[in-house]
Amino acid sequence: MNHVLPVTTSGGGGMSALLIVLLVLPLVGAGAVALLRANDRTAKLTALAFSLVELVLAIAVWVGYEPGGTRLQMTSSVEWIASFGVHVSFGIDGIALVMIAVIALLVPVIIGAGWVEKLPAGRTSGGFLSLILLQEAITIGVFSATDVFLFYVLFEIMLIPMYFLIGGYGGARRQYAAVKFFLYSFLGGLIMLASAIGAYAYSADHLGGSGTFDWATLVTVLKTAPTSTQVWLFLGFFLAFAIKAPLVPLHTWLPDAAAEAPIGVAVLLVGVLDKVGTFGFLRYCLPMFPAASKQLAPLVLVLAVAGVIYGSLLATGQRDMKRLIAYVSIAHFGFIALGIFAFSSQSEVGAVSYMLNHSLATGMLILVLGMIIARGGSTLISDYGGMAKVTPLLGGMLLIAGLSTLSLPGTNSFVSEFLVLIGSYPREPVYTVIATVGMVLAALYVLWLYQRIMQGPVRGTALVGLAGGPGTAVAPEIGAKSAIGDLSKREIAVLAPLVALILVLGVYPKPVLDVITPSVGATMTEVGFADPVAAQGGN
Amino acid sequence: MTNLAADAQGATGLAGSAWLLLALPTLGAIVLLVGGRRTNKWGHILGSATVLGTFVYGLALFFSTTGLDAYKRTQELHLFAWIPVNALKVDFGLRLDPLSLTFVLLITGVGALIHIYSVGYMSHDRDRRRFFAYLNLFVAAMLLLVLGNGFVTLYFGWEGVGLASYLLIGWYQDRPSAATAAKKAFLMNRVGDLGLAVAIFLMFANLGTTQYSEVFAKIGTLPSGTILAITLLLLLGACGKSGQFPLQSWLPDAMEGPTPVSALIHAATMVTAGVYLIARSNPIYDLTGDGRLIVTIIGTVTLLIGCIVGCAYDDIKKVLAYSTVSQIGYMILAVGLGPFGYALGIMHLLTHGFFKAGLFLGAGSVMHGMNDEVDMRKFGGLWRLMPITFVTFGLGYLALIGFPGLSGYFSKDAIIEAAFGQEGWRGWAFGGAALLGAGLTAFYMTRLVLMTFFGEKRWKDLKSADGKDFHPHESPKSMTIPMIILAIGSVGAGAFLSVGNRLVDWLEPSLGGLKESEHFVIPKGTVTILTIVLMLLGVGAAWLFVGRKPVPVTRPARVSFPVRAARADLYGNALNEALFARPGTWLTRALVFVDNKGVDGVVNGLAAMLGGTSGRLRRAQTGFVRSYALSMLGGSILVVAALLAVRFS
Repeated sequence: MNHVLPVTTSGGGGMSALLIVLLVLPLVGAGAVALLRANDRTAKLTALAFSLVELVLAIAVWVGYEPGGTRLQMTSSVEWIASFGVHVSFGIDGIALVMIAVIALLVPVIIGAGWVEKLPAGRTSGGFLSLILLQEAITIGVFSATDVFLFYVLFEIMLIPMYFLIGGYGGARRQYAAVKFFLYSFLGGLIMLASAIGAYAYSADHLGGSGTFDWATLVTVLKTAPTSTQVWLFLGFFLAFAIKAPLVPLHTWLPDAAAEAPIGVAVLLVGVLDKVGTFGFLRYCLPMFPAASKQLAPLVLVLAVAGVIYGSLLATGQRDMKRLIAYVSIAHFGFIALGIFAFSSQSEVGAVSYMLNHSLATGMLILVLGMIIARGGSTLISDYGGMAKVTPLLGGMLLIAGLSTLSLPGTNSFVSEFLVLIGSYPREPVYTVIATVGMVLAALYVLWLYQRIMQGPVRGTALVGLAGGPGTAVAPEIGAKSAIGDLSKREIAVLAPLVALILVLGVYPKPVLDVITPSVGATMTEVGFADPVAAQGGN
Repeated sequence: MTNLAADAQGATGLAGSAWLLLALPTLGAIVLLVGGRRTNKWGHILGSATVLGTFVYGLALFFSTTGLDAYKRTQELHLFAWIPVNALKVDFGLRLDPLSLTFVLLITGVGALIHIYSVGYMSHDRDRRRFFAYLNLFVAAMLLLVLGNGFVTLYFGWEGVGLASYLLIGWYQDRPSAATAAKKAFLMNRVGDLGLAVAIFLMFANLGTTQYSEVFAKIGTLPSGTILAITLLLLLGACGKSGQFPLQSWLPDAMEGPTPVSALIHAATMVTAGVYLIARSNPIYDLTGDGRLIVTIIGTVTLLIGCIVGCAYDDIKKVLAYSTVSQIGYMILAVGLGPFGYALGIMHLLTHGFFKAGLFLGAGSVMHGMNDEVDMRKFGGLWRLMPITFVTFGLGYLALIGFPGLSGYFSKDAIIEAAFGQEGWRGWAFGGAALLGAGLTAFYMTRLVLMTFFGEKRWKDLKSADGKDFHPHESPKSMTIPMIILAIGSVGAGAFLSVGNRLVDWLEPSLGGLKESEHFVIPKGTVTILTIVLMLLGVGAAWLFVGRKPVPVTRPARVSFPVRAARADLYGNALNEALFARPGTWLTRALVFVDNKGVDGVVNGLAAMLGGTSGRLRRAQTGFVRSYALSMLGGSILVVAALLAVRFS
């Protein structure tokens, strides 16, 4: 066979090349940083520089993307395994674009946030940051792959840096958490592989001999497959994604992984990697298996709504900050799944914007809690109290992140939660109303968390060194002169872009919605659903 | 043109720059919050200036509108598309009409006075600048609430004022009681917001829009059941925000906030948002008699609860808080009467805004002179020492109890009369309850005034909580001048607004004309006389109980059941505790246990069984590849089985 195949591109060769550069640059960065292990500071600066250039490139891709254009843009393809019709092909739609923008934004933020973080003995910043950049590259690949087999491969490879990041740099029970994380995800992926091969076999039957893994072709071929075939293939993909996104009852790996992961890694894990699951629902489950999606939607909706309530209640009951966030995310993934499987353009645009906004809100929440933990040296909520008196700025930041988490209007998350709920209501009123109760519970777990850490008398390990130890009450006068400092300039610089985006996207979300809406419209067409509430002209 | 509320003109002229109303206080809040300590010196001045500027601009807008024909008084100003997704078009725009402009003047007028008052009241607080930032934030959110041109912009403002209220109730955040009260207020409001949110979902599902003009134009096409559902859900929202039964218990707790906050947010403006919501939605409520009846019942029940509990408290702010609950009950009752009462509800809202804000500022002035003491049993004989406070408070008191000629006389009596104008049992029940409430109001307010300003100087032999002697004194001018202005409003606003039906006619484009009932169960003149008689009875009874004999400094412990019940807020909190808080706590604990031991345990256990490793969970926790593989398999089997069960059933 010809091994020097021409690269086929579309949507302007320049833009396709840009996407390729976007994929490759963090890889180069990862290599460069790995070589700089010896010098801590140089490694950090190099990694930061690469991630910032990557962010600029991602912005360029955003600007170059045409919301009203073709289904997949900036595509390029090269043959990989000819005998199975496997290609290395990339391309993005509005949904993938949003997720790529999120990771490109978060990586420099977490590098900045972890600037002075102490790593476990024997570990270097070079190794750590190299893995972070590697993770970024693979994750962007997962979002932009347009070949199902390539997607599977990247989906599995994506676990490797994360496994080392948790297992190598995490907390006390990091080994346990890392293995649990890896196995859940890896085995889920294997089931998906079985389904992908099934889809290939089906396409081989129907295309006359040579099957394909090309996503766009599979969508058109599988559309006409009998429902029973679709259901089995759907299940394989669905399970892998339901583990990733975690839907209840496949969620138990996430609290452990999030609790043990270093702060920056937890941001990546909860903020971006988990979104591969919900992204997969939208890109693979719905368009490839429309009949199965319709048929199994009721059950997914039950899992989604159960997740909203279950996750919220468990978040309320947590004593550990990082585990609390994991359960908050499980509740939020419930909202996203509800939006996706309610099949209206509002609910699905809501779900996609939720994926973005949850990354910003929860990402900021994790970072702020990380800053609290860095000061107090404990992840237990009960070791804190009255911190806002000592560190008012930090208190304000926790409040902003919290208000976005509880979807207060004026913050980004309100727009997405509102869209999910109002879009789901016309088709699924009962599930929607139950999920809306999650709104009240969100106020409870966020404000209670805030109260326990920031309000009341100043107390606890937050002021260790000044007082007798954990849990001891400290007079406010002492607190005011505490050794615990308020936010440093670096910390403010890390949080400022997130605060700005949270507020701006809350008041003016149109630029993001405009990018998402056409892609969601295309997905709706592929599934064969029309909006329950059609646009009405005049009275 | 039957339905003016559904018909709006594009905003032109001065109204075209109405976004300034939101921009000014928002800018103030941003500058003060971002600027931080650098703005400490002039923060309070900026904060007051932005609100005063907004008031002046609001006045100009008001006068430019009064000259217009009635059908031109409703103008809409489109600013930008906020949440546009295909059929859903949520607009960020303003509706300038008589109703919203009335609120603009109330919010910024009273707001400006209270900002000025706070300059003095908060002068010892090292975070005064942040206090003004929060107040500005509140004013901005409240203006958005009343000016927004659709239910979603209303919701934005609605939760925005909830945030400001949360921040300000919890102002003294090192006090656990303040932090808890703030959280409670936000949570109970969110329960109400749930109703408002689902009402919005229903509108979109059935009408394809959430903008006022389109909703009001199309609402008539819906089946009556849907309309009833929407009105009840909106009512739930109103109950949360306005402290109405069964969501009333957060409002008295909200008194943990500084007193200017209680005056502005928890008396004059934010808590009346529920009345605004129902009045604004009048084209919906007009269509459902059942919905209106339930609104009226809620208002009536709440006004009685507020009066009864108000009689039992010794905390001056809590008495005023329950008085607010009760007076908003009157307003809700009024708007529940539909075309017979929308305008009356708004009228009482305005006069109440004056006298209740004045009363709270007066209470704040008393506390300011009494080392922040709130227990009226420790007051007494203050009228000589605080003459301005006494006179302004006294005028507010007379206005509240409906003394002939003062504000409350015009606005509250009109509601009582209208309630008696209902047919059959409704006239008797609502009218009777409103009348009884008037008597009780006179009782608890007279009791408050007697205990605070008259009788022995009980504070002479006592020390304050921080061990100092009491030296009651009059407050500085920055505090007394706002009190004097509000007192003037308490005296004159009622007459000013009702002479020649000024307010009713002005509001007609927003609320429709005020209808007059044709069959009163008791003649109107008799109602007026009865109201005055009951008021006098209330005053007399209070004199018998606390005026005639000395007031014990400690609260009598042995009291009759009704008093005990009233002291316990008629068991509202106990009920919340038993129904929600405790079961919720146990459910959460149980779930945490199940999730740690259960869900994980079941999958781990299943794994152990399948793997034949004799089910030792301890080993499953140590990270064996095999057990995780199987645990995940266990979970997956559950999901697949469930999915297939759905499919094959």
